[in-house]
Amino acid sequence: MTALLSLSGLTKQYPGVLANDHVSFEIGKGEVHALLGENGAGKSTLVKMIYGLVRPDEGEMKLGGEDYAPTEPRLARRSGVAMVFQHFSLFEALTVAENIALGMENPPEKKELSERISTVSANYGLTLDPDRLIGDLSVGERQRVEIVRCLLQDPRLLIMDEPTSVLTPQEVEVLFETLNKLKSEGTSILYISHKLEEIKTLCDHATILRHGKVVGTCTPAEESAKSMAEMMVGSELKEPKARDFQPGAVLLDVQGLSLPSKDPFGTSLRNISFTLREGEVLGIAGVAGNGQDELMLALSGEERVQREAIVLKGNPIGHVGPSARRKVGLLAAPEERLGHAAAPDMSLTENALLTGLLRQQLANKGFIKWKETEDFAKAIVEAFDVRTAGVDHAAKSLSGGNLQKFVVGREILQRPLVLVINQPTWGVDAAAAASIREAITDLAAKGKAVLVISQDLDELMEVSDTFAVLAEGRMSKPRSAKGITIEQIGLMMGGTEVPDAAA
Amino acid sequence: MDFSALNPVALMVTLMVAATPIMLAALGELVVEKSGVLNLGVEGMMIFGAICGFAVSVDTGSVWLGIIAAMIGGTLLSLTFGFLTQYLLSNQVASGLALTLFGLGLAALVGQSYTGIKPPSFPKLDIPFISDLPVIGPILFSHDFIVYFSFIILGGVWYFLNYTRGGLILRAVGESHDAAHALGYKVVRVRLMAIAFGGACAGLGGAYVSLIRVPQWTEGMTAGAGWIALAIVVFASWKPLRVLLGAWLFGGITILQLNLQALGVEIDVAYLSMAPYLVTIIVLVIMSADSKRASLNAPASLGKAFHASS
Repeated sequence: MTALLSLSGLTKQYPGVLANDHVSFEIGKGEVHALLGENGAGKSTLVKMIYGLVRPDEGEMKLGGEDYAPTEPRLARRSGVAMVFQHFSLFEALTVAENIALGMENPPEKKELSERISTVSANYGLTLDPDRLIGDLSVGERQRVEIVRCLLQDPRLLIMDEPTSVLTPQEVEVLFETLNKLKSEGTSILYISHKLEEIKTLCDHATILRHGKVVGTCTPAEESAKSMAEMMVGSELKEPKARDFQPGAVLLDVQGLSLPSKDPFGTSLRNISFTLREGEVLGIAGVAGNGQDELMLALSGEERVQREAIVLKGNPIGHVGPSARRKVGLLAAPEERLGHAAAPDMSLTENALLTGLLRQQLANKGFIKWKETEDFAKAIVEAFDVRTAGVDHAAKSLSGGNLQKFVVGREILQRPLVLVINQPTWGVDAAAAASIREAITDLAAKGKAVLVISQDLDELMEVSDTFAVLAEGRMSKPRSAKGITIEQIGLMMGGTEVPDAAA
Repeated sequence: MDFSALNPVALMVTLMVAATPIMLAALGELVVEKSGVLNLGVEGMMIFGAICGFAVSVDTGSVWLGIIAAMIGGTLLSLTFGFLTQYLLSNQVASGLALTLFGLGLAALVGQSYTGIKPPSFPKLDIPFISDLPVIGPILFSHDFIVYFSFIILGGVWYFLNYTRGGLILRAVGESHDAAHALGYKVVRVRLMAIAFGGACAGLGGAYVSLIRVPQWTEGMTAGAGWIALAIVVFASWKPLRVLLGAWLFGGITILQLNLQALGVEIDVAYLSMAPYLVTIIVLVIMSADSKRASLNAPASLGKAFHASS
C-alpha cells in the first residue's frame, strides 16, 4: 500500500506545553487509520496541522508524494483534505445549504448545490433538507451536515473527529458502509474516536498518542478494546463492578408527563411515566431529537409541567422551577457543557456557586460566601480529579472531559436524592468517561437514584440497572437492563413503532 | 390650522432628502453589524465626514472631491476603531462611544474657520423625461446624484448579503467567528473591510448633510443622525430593505415635525421627536416576542471580540 499522507517529525510547542513531539506515521491510500489518545494527548493539534489551521514548528508532511504544508484550510481543502469537526463548525442562523457552501472551495449555484446535497445525503442515508436553518436541527442532524459537507468535496483524505457519538447503531452502520464505500473508492480516512469497539471494526491501522508522542501503533482488529485503552491511558482501566441491584423505596414518581415542545422542530413529550427507586440507575436511550432535550427540561424544572406529574418522595413538584426542585433534592446536569451546564466565561468557583448556592448554603442574607464557595469548587476539583490550573480559571479553559467531570461532580457533591444527567460522557476521553460512570454508579450504591439520558448504548449498558427507550416523545416501559441486546434496542430506537416491551 | 400649506409632493421630496444621510449611515452600520462588530461611532464618523467634505469642497471648489474626501475621512476614522477593536481587542462599545466623542471634537477643530461659508452647490440630476411625470417625477426622479447613489448602495448591500459568496462569508463571520476561523476564513480581515465600508457610508451621509441638505457648516450639525442610523439598523432587524422603511419613517417624522412647527400646530415637538424611538421600541418588542426568531435575526457574534487562540 502506498502512503497518501506521511508525517515525519511533526512538532508543535505551545507556551508551557509540548503539544506534539516528533510525531511520525503514514496513512495509506484507501486506508482507514485510527488516531487514539486521551483528551489533551495532542490529537487536535496534530489534526489542525494536517488541516492547515496550525503550522508545525518542525517536521514535514507529504501528501501523495509531494510536499504538503498547508498554511490555511482552504489550501488543505484544495489538496483534497476534508474534515468533520468535533465541535461543529456550523452557523446557526444560516441554512444547511449555506453552511455547506461555506465549507467548499468552489460551491456550485444554489439550486445545483441543493440538488447535490439531496443526492449525496440520500446516497449515504443521511437525510437532510438543504433549506432548514441549522439552529432548528438536533445535534445528530448537525453532524450529518458536517459529514455531507465533506463528502461533497470528493476528498482524498477525510478527517473525522468523533463522528459517531450521536448516531444510532443503525446510523453508525450506514456511516460505516459509507466510509467503507469511500475507502473502496480509494479515499483515505483519518478516524478519531474514543469508541474502541468502533475502531476495531472499522480501522485498518491505529496510531496511539500520549502526551504528544506516538506511543504505539497496532492493527485494531488484532487487539482487544481493553489493550488499546491501556496503551492510550498508560494505566489499566477499572472494570466496572458488577452490581447487585436491590431497588428500595420509590424516590421519583413521574406519571403522565406531557410537554408540548416550544421549539417548532422539537419533539413533544407524550404521556411519560416511570419511577425511580433508591439505588436505581435508569438509562434512557434514543436517537437525538426524540424528546431527550424536552425530558431534561421537564425534569430539571426549566419547563414547568402539571403539578402531580412529577412527585419526589411524596412532594408534587411538577409546577415549580429548578431552584425549588434542587431544594428538595432533584438535581440535573444538562448536555451542553458550555453555555447550559456552565457559564463559559465565569470561573470554576463562580460556576460552582451557580448551582450550589442553595444546597451548599453559599450565601448569607444575599451576600456570597466566597471562601466557602471556593472551598466547594476545590472539593469538586479534588474529588473528581478535574485537571485545571486553578478554580479561578474560566470554565471554557478546561478541556471537554475535565469540564464534564466538574459539571457532574458539582451536582454529585450536593448530595442529590435524584440526579438527572443528559449525555454524561459526550466527547469525553476514556479515562474521564470511566470516572464519571463510576461516580454515577457510586451514587446509586449509596441509595440515591440516577436517570441517565444517553445516545451511547455501551455506556447505558455499563451503568444502567433499568433501561427504557425514548422515541418520538414516548418512552417505553422501563425494563431490566440485563439480557437486552444492542440489536433489540436499535430496532426500538430506529423504528417508528415502539413495542410495549415489558419483558 | 391650515394644512393646505402642506404640499404633499414637496413634503415627499424633502422626506427623500432627509432620509438619505441616515439611510447611508444605517446601511454602512448594517454591514458592520452583520460582520459581528458593533460600532457606536457612527455619529462621530458622520460629522467628521461632514467637515471633511465641506472643507475640501470649499478649498478646491469641487463638490465631487469633497464627497470623496468625506468617504476617505469616514473610512480613516472607522479604521482607528477597527485597529483598536480588531487588533488590540478593546471593548467595542467603549471604543465606539469614544469614536463619537473624538469625531465630534476633531470635526469642531477642523471646522473652526469654515463657519458661515457657503459651499459650492451640488448639481441636481433630473432624470430626463421621467422627472417630468406628475407627482412621481419630482418625488423620485429629480434629486441629486447622492440620492440615487444611496439607492444603488441599498440594492448593492441587499444583493451582496443575500446572493454573493462574499456576503455569505461576511454573515458567517458575524454569526460565529470561531466556526468561520475553523473553516479558514480571515475573520479580522473581513471585519476590517466591513468597518471601512461602514465608515465610508457614514462619511458620505455626513457630507450629504453639510453639502446638500443644509448646506453650510455648523458645529454638531449632524445632530444625532448617527444615533438614529444605529436605531434604524435594529428597527430593520438587520435586513437591508427594511432600512429604507426605517429611514423614511425617521426622516419623515423629522420633516413633519419641522412643518408642523412652521404651521404653529399645538403639539409639543418633544412628542414628535420621540415618536421614531417609541416605534423602534415597539418593533423590538414585537420582534422579540418570538425569542427564537429574534435570536436568529441579530448576528450571534455581535460585539464579541475575536482572538485566534488555536
